[in-house]
Amino acid sequence: MFSFGGGSSLTSVVPDATPAPAAPPGTGTGANAQVLYVFNRGGVCLLYREWHRPLRTLDPTQDQKLMFGLLFSLRSFTAKIDPTTAEKGNLGVPLLPGQGCSFYSFKTNTYKLNFLESPSGIKLILITHPRTGDQRDTLKHIYNLYVEYVVKNPLYAPGTPIK
Amino acid sequence: MALAAIYSLFIINKSGGLIYYKDYGSAGRTDTNDSLRLASLWHSMHAISQQLSPTPGCEGIDLLQAHNFDLHCFQSLTGTKFFAVCETGAQNIETLLKVIYELYTDFVLKNPFYEMEMPIRCELFDLNLAQVIQKDRVTLLGR
Repeated sequence: MFSFGGGSSLTSVVPDATPAPAAPPGTGTGANAQVLYVFNRGGVCLLYREWHRPLRTLDPTQDQKLMFGLLFSLRSFTAKIDPTTAEKGNLGVPLLPGQGCSFYSFKTNTYKLNFLESPSGIKLILITHPRTGDQRDTLKHIYNLYVEYVVKNPLYAPGTPIK
Repeated sequence: MALAAIYSLFIINKSGGLIYYKDYGSAGRTDTNDSLRLASLWHSMHAISQQLSPTPGCEGIDLLQAHNFDLHCFQSLTGTKFFAVCETGAQNIETLLKVIYELYTDFVLKNPFYEMEMPIRCELFDLNLAQVIQKDRVTLLGR
């Protein structure tokens, strides 16, 4: 009399039942990546990985804080300087994810920083060699991996470092 | 209506003060206070980006790619920074900034009435800069 739907529906919640998202073409090796940061909305560093980092000027927590601060200021800078929209708000007021004009990369003579902000405020930062091309698809792929294996993991408490 | 590839030009001195600002058709108005704030904000972010470099020898941001524009920055050996906000994918802006740097050395630094690190008020610089930007626009339309 009381039917709870198909009994098999429970198994679909288990994360390993879903296939891994397909990687975009040209992202197989990842030999160019030097450092990866993942921040949540509040500025907590969820993940930090480095593959090639000969220079270390600060200790890890200070470095992560500085990186988050740089991104925060760059976000309000790009939203304010944006020449294509007339209504820009005030400088220094915190922006919601997706509000105002954002940026996706910047380049110096020694590295290139690629940036992706999800609608929930997760910030992905990938530092690569300065002469790598557009990495927006790679960052989307990493974000999909985060959704599949971190957000869908029942043992993961939101806002804590990823283990 | 903005025709140019370049939207605006900023020149900041070595301590981050805005010494020259020219707008070439951005939407909306950026008032003087905001342009000063943007200039000093850029100066500090330029410095922070050097600290965060994973490899030694970093000289700061030279290209920032946003969804609606590109920002090209050129820093001279003396620490004066020239940066231009352009359309996305605009070409040859580095060369244009170097030409502007040349104009700066010729018509600002060689002007006996110019005080170092102070706002630029030099007629010849304005005139020649307008010509260079105009020429850039013509070549852009000719393509």
